[in-house]
This record gives sequence, C-alpha cells and structure tokens, in this order.
Amino acid sequence: MVKLLLDGIEDPSIRYLNGYRAHGGYQSIEKAITMSPLDIVEEVKKSGLRGRGGAGFSTGMKWSFLDRKSDKPRYLVCNADESEPGTFKDRYLMEKIPHRLIEGMIVSSYALGVRHAFIYVRGELIWVAKHLEHAVGEAYSAGYLGNHILGSNFSLDLTIHVGAGAYICGEESALLESLEGKRGYPRIKPPFPAVSGLYGCPTVINNVESIAAVPWIVTHGGDAYSKIGVDKSTGTKLISASGHINRPGVYEIELGLPVEEFIYSESYCGGIKNGRALKAVIAGGSSVPILPAELILKTASGQPRLMTYESLNDGGFTSGTMLGSGGFIVMDDTTCIVRNTWNLARFYHHESCGQCSPCREGTGWMEKILHRIEHGHGTQADIDLLVDVSKKIEGNTICALGDAAAWPVASAVRHFRHEFEFHVRHPDQVTAPNHVANAAAYKYEEITHAKNND
Amino acid sequence: MPKITIDSIEVEVVQGTTIMDAARQIDPHTAPPAMCYHSGLNGSGGKCRTCLVKVVQTSETNPRPMPKLVPACRTLVEDGMKVENNSSPEVISARKGIVELLLINHPLDCPVCDQAGECDLQNLTFQHGAETTRYTEDRRRYPTKSLGNLIQLHMNRCILCFRCVYAADQLTDGRDHGVLNRGDASEIGTYIEKSIDNDFSGNLIDVCPVGALTDKTFRFKSRVWFTKPVYAHRQCETCCGKGVLWLKGHEVLRITGRRNAVGEVTEFICNTCRFESKSLHHWEVEGPAPIDQRSVISQNHYTS
Repeated sequence: MVKLLLDGIEDPSIRYLNGYRAHGGYQSIEKAITMSPLDIVEEVKKSGLRGRGGAGFSTGMKWSFLDRKSDKPRYLVCNADESEPGTFKDRYLMEKIPHRLIEGMIVSSYALGVRHAFIYVRGELIWVAKHLEHAVGEAYSAGYLGNHILGSNFSLDLTIHVGAGAYICGEESALLESLEGKRGYPRIKPPFPAVSGLYGCPTVINNVESIAAVPWIVTHGGDAYSKIGVDKSTGTKLISASGHINRPGVYEIELGLPVEEFIYSESYCGGIKNGRALKAVIAGGSSVPILPAELILKTASGQPRLMTYESLNDGGFTSGTMLGSGGFIVMDDTTCIVRNTWNLARFYHHESCGQCSPCREGTGWMEKILHRIEHGHGTQADIDLLVDVSKKIEGNTICALGDAAAWPVASAVRHFRHEFEFHVRHPDQVTAPNHVANAAAYKYEEITHAKNND
Repeated sequence: MPKITIDSIEVEVVQGTTIMDAARQIDPHTAPPAMCYHSGLNGSGGKCRTCLVKVVQTSETNPRPMPKLVPACRTLVEDGMKVENNSSPEVISARKGIVELLLINHPLDCPVCDQAGECDLQNLTFQHGAETTRYTEDRRRYPTKSLGNLIQLHMNRCILCFRCVYAADQLTDGRDHGVLNRGDASEIGTYIEKSIDNDFSGNLIDVCPVGALTDKTFRFKSRVWFTKPVYAHRQCETCCGKGVLWLKGHEVLRITGRRNAVGEVTEFICNTCRFESKSLHHWEVEGPAPIDQRSVISQNHYTS
C-alpha cells in the first residue's frame, strides 16, 4: 500500500512540528526554493494530479491559468470547507497531520508567486482550525513562514480563516465572497478566479488533499507521482468510507483499486455489516449519482469497476457515477432508497443559498415531493414530476449546487424506480419509520422498472 | 467590432456588450426576458435564469458550443458568436421550467395586486408559463412587515431578483434593507423593522419587476390600465425631474420614472417628484407616454 498523504499517521506526534520533521517533513521546501517557480508548476502538470475536491480538474492546468501578467497580488486559497455529506477526509488529514497541508501551502505559494495565502476552514471544524493555527505558529517560529523563508527571497504569510458553516461556501467563488467578509453567494462566472478572484486579484483555489499532495511531487518528481495509479487517474486518493460496512474510516488508496476489493477486502472496508447483501453505493459524496450493487461492481459493459475518475464515470450518468470528493457511502439491503434520497434532498434544500431561482425553488419542491412519497402520500405522477423538476434545475443554475441536488434524485429514480413505485402502491407498508423495501414485491416491481425506464 | 448572430440575425455591437444587449439592439420584443437584470444597475443579473440562451458557437476562433445554457445578461459577446434564443427548443423548455419554478411560491394574486398590468412576471407567464400548476403544497407565506409610509412590501410576491438591493446600494446614500436568510426562506427585509426613507427610495418600487414593492400612496386607487400615462418634467434640484404622470382625468394618481422599450427605468427620480408633487401644476406635461402596443395599458378604452 502506498501512503503519500497519510504517511506516518500511526505516530501521534506527527501533529507537531518535531514529529513531522522526524518523518521527513518540510524537506520539499528546501528543494523547492532552489527550483524556479515555473518548474514546480511543470512538475505538478507532469504528475497528472487532479483536483481532489470533486470536479477532478487537473491541478497543474489550473495553476497555469493563473494570470501572471497582472500587477495585482496573487492569492492562494485552500478550500478546507469540506461539507459534502459522506466526506471527511480533509478533516482527518488536517486533524492528524496539519503540517502536511501547511508544507503544501508553502511550496504551492512559492510556485504561484503568492505572498499571502489563506486556508478557509469550515465553521463546524473549529477544533481543526485550532490545530492548524497551532501548527502555523510552529511553522512561523521555525522559519518556514514569514519573511525570507529559509534565508531565501521568498516570504509568505498564511492565514487560517474559519467560515460560519455553510455548504455553499465550499463552492469556490462563494468561498471567496465569504473570505472577503460578504454573504456566501457564488459569483457568476466568467470571470474565473484565476483572473479575478479574492479582492479582484488572480487567485488559485485548491482542495486540501490536492495541496497536501504537492510536497511529495516536489520531492520525488512529477514522473514518480504519475507512475502511481492508472492512466489519467494518477496518485493516491483519500476515501472516506461510511455506511453499512465493517471498517468505516478514511483510507488512502492507489487510484485503480477495484471497487469490489475496496468494499470487501479486510484491509479496507471489510465487507458489509452482518454479512448482508450490498444494495447501493454513493461513490463520491452525496451529490454524485447513486449506483445499485450490480453497476458499482461492474460497468454496464461487464468490466470490473475501478476507483478511478474514468472507470467510475464509465457509462456517463445512465450507468455510471463520479469519483467526486471520495465520500464512499455503502448501503446494505435494509436501506430505503426513497428515505435516503429524501434525506439528501432535505440537505440540499436547507443549504441552497437562494440566489438563483431554479435551485432556490426547485430544491424545496423536490424535498416536498420526496417527503410525500416517503410518507405514503405520493402518486405515480409524483415520480415523473420529481424527475422533471430535477431536469429543470440541472445545468440551469449559477453554481454546481443545483446539479448536486438534481443528480442524486434523478439517479435514484433511474436505478430504483421500483422502490419509488412500491412506496406509491403500498402506502400502508411504508408508513413505519423503520420500514424496508418489501423483498417479495421487489421481484414484481423490478419488471415494471425495466419496462418504464427504457 | 464583434459580429454576433442571434437566431440567424446578424448584428454588430461594441466590444464588451452582453448577449442580452445585442439581442435588444435587434428587437427588444424578441430579446430574452429579464426579471433580475436591469441595465441601469451594476452587478444585477444572472440570478433569475429566465434569459438563458444557447451558444452554439463560442467565437470565430473557437467554434465549439458552450456546454450549458448561459445567462444572456451576463455573457459577453465574442466575434463570430452564434446564439440561439427563441429558435432553440432547449431554451424554450428551460425557460418554461424557470417560469414554473418562479411561480410555485408566488401567490398569483394578480386580481388584487397593484402591479397587474405592468408586471414583468405576468408578461413572462403569459408568454412562457403553463396553464396550470403541478405544485400542490402550501405556498410560502411571510408575515406582513412595514417599510414605512411610502413603500408597501408584499414579501409573498417577491421573486428575489435583488434589483431593489442593487438600487438601494447604488442610488441611495445608505441601504437599510437586504436579503435575509437563505435558500427558499430568503426574504427582503430590514431585519429590525424600520422604514426605508431617503431621497431616492421610491425607485425601489420602480425597479421591482413584480408587486412585491408597491407605492403606498397609489395603493388600491386604480388599476393601471384605467389611468393615462403622460410624460412631464419639472425643475428639481435633486434629480432629473423627468417623470411619467399617471392621470385619471386631471387627477395625478401616481408618478413614476420613465421606462424604455424593455421596461427598465432609464432615469431615476427623487421622492419629492414622486410622492410630493402629485398635482398637474407642479409639472409641465410633454405628451402621452409611449406604451407598448401589446400592453394592457395601451388598450386604454376607459380614459377620456
């Protein structure tokens, strides 16, 4: 097992500077300041590192879009506003090895020519922000931050900023607004942050995990990193595994690991709890499409599904999903998909910022329809209405929250229509709070599912 | 100067024009509808999503289409851009969806709403709305709150276009109101009840596309189509002094700012002109105000 990000996590002293240095920490800075900034960007490009926040956009490409000609100051912002349900990898990393992120921030700032960098921490993670602040203090006194770092001409200040706890502030432009002290409303793009970001200056925003991977790339070279993983999915990824599994937690995996091995292997999730059958998996945080057991283990064409950006996306949204932020939620056969979808819709309804109309009104409407179906008041027409409303939101909003709210609903109906129909036809059986989808009816409903969904 | 093709009509515009303004140069009536965009207010637009259009060719050098529908009001034209507005079924269907979503929590109380007859949402619904609603739940309701004795707030009717927020920011010397709360619980308010009262506050009524902010001094006096709008001007020290008088006989029922062909206020007027000069002897009447032929106001069969 390769460990780049969680290397040394078993040693509790790695939280502090001395422990971190004993594990080889802060070496990349010494190497970085002897290199030219553009060479580091080139190394990151070569490594094939892709944004770990969800969209999977190439980090090196993102860095090269930064407007270097502008005479305004440039900023680097680390998006530590991790609030996607099912995702808790950044929290774990910052809690246990805060210095890895700080080292990444220093090296990345050097590469991007940044004088002042920010880490925007989610409001609920106040203790993590305290860990980070302590670590930043240690880094300042050791000379890794501040003026003339390690005697070079490079100076950097690092500020930890704690948000007020809003899902929308994980969207990069809403994060910038929030960081500027305004309401966390996403900005209308273009202009993109690489041209006009924080305080109107060129800004790069990266996820915690992406930045934390940079020191390793600088020390060992981009080529070494690109050898880990498969094809365009290089390197390692932190996966937050949760749900009905024997060993939930954060795992660092080499991209390309088969999904089946990840769920059933003793070194990862350790199989489904109580030996039950796997029903469905949300593979990359709550906003990616949910997949039923047969489609998550194998793609529609019969290939084994791998933990990579490409393999999980195989089949598009008809039979695929996304790697997203790596929030791996496993559900066994006792899970009610309608209730689960309603719960997700409730979250997006609550977190919609209310700026643009499709998301503001649509998320609330979807939640109400799902509430109705789940509580035995739904009709057959409600299921189609639900899909229709999700289509009205998808792609028509300012930011990706609208898509994130629409995808789980649309995919749940696509793959588990029989269960929605079961709720509509047997309201007497679904009113109990701990109901499950009826196994006998499952077979019968499955036929209508195949018929209706073509 | 960039050339842009909208629904196969080519137009040449200056650099930095939005698709919306280019479309309005072709014909204000076929341009994408705008609920939140107001050309006189910086930063407005992009929120209501009714102006979504399809860009089938990004520019001369980049012939690829844009992946999603884009808001016409906030997307700048590029040379060789090809845009589909009314000719694209995808755009029409998306617009229909937006109207439906805008209406699910709107009370649809047009029969008792002062804005009826000059309401952008009413026109939009007439053009793109469905004949019936699929929304069966209770509509969102807000308790009535007072904004002073000049402006009446009906939060139930608000579509959260943010125009009044931008107007207060940019026209008045201190904004007292804003958007409170989040998501579909958002509302326009002053947080602690307080009257909005400064020289240009009356313009919030004019920029509101729906009946959420209405003129308290005109409330329930008359339906707009029973009144006759005339252009008039007066000497005013604080504003341009150019307004529209809405007359019933010789009585001035209300005064508003002048609007262009797409219903945007072109010149903002002060509260003295709007609320305190409601008599013909304060004004010099220029002549009848141009009203869109399709507007119910121009059907004006009832005035002398």
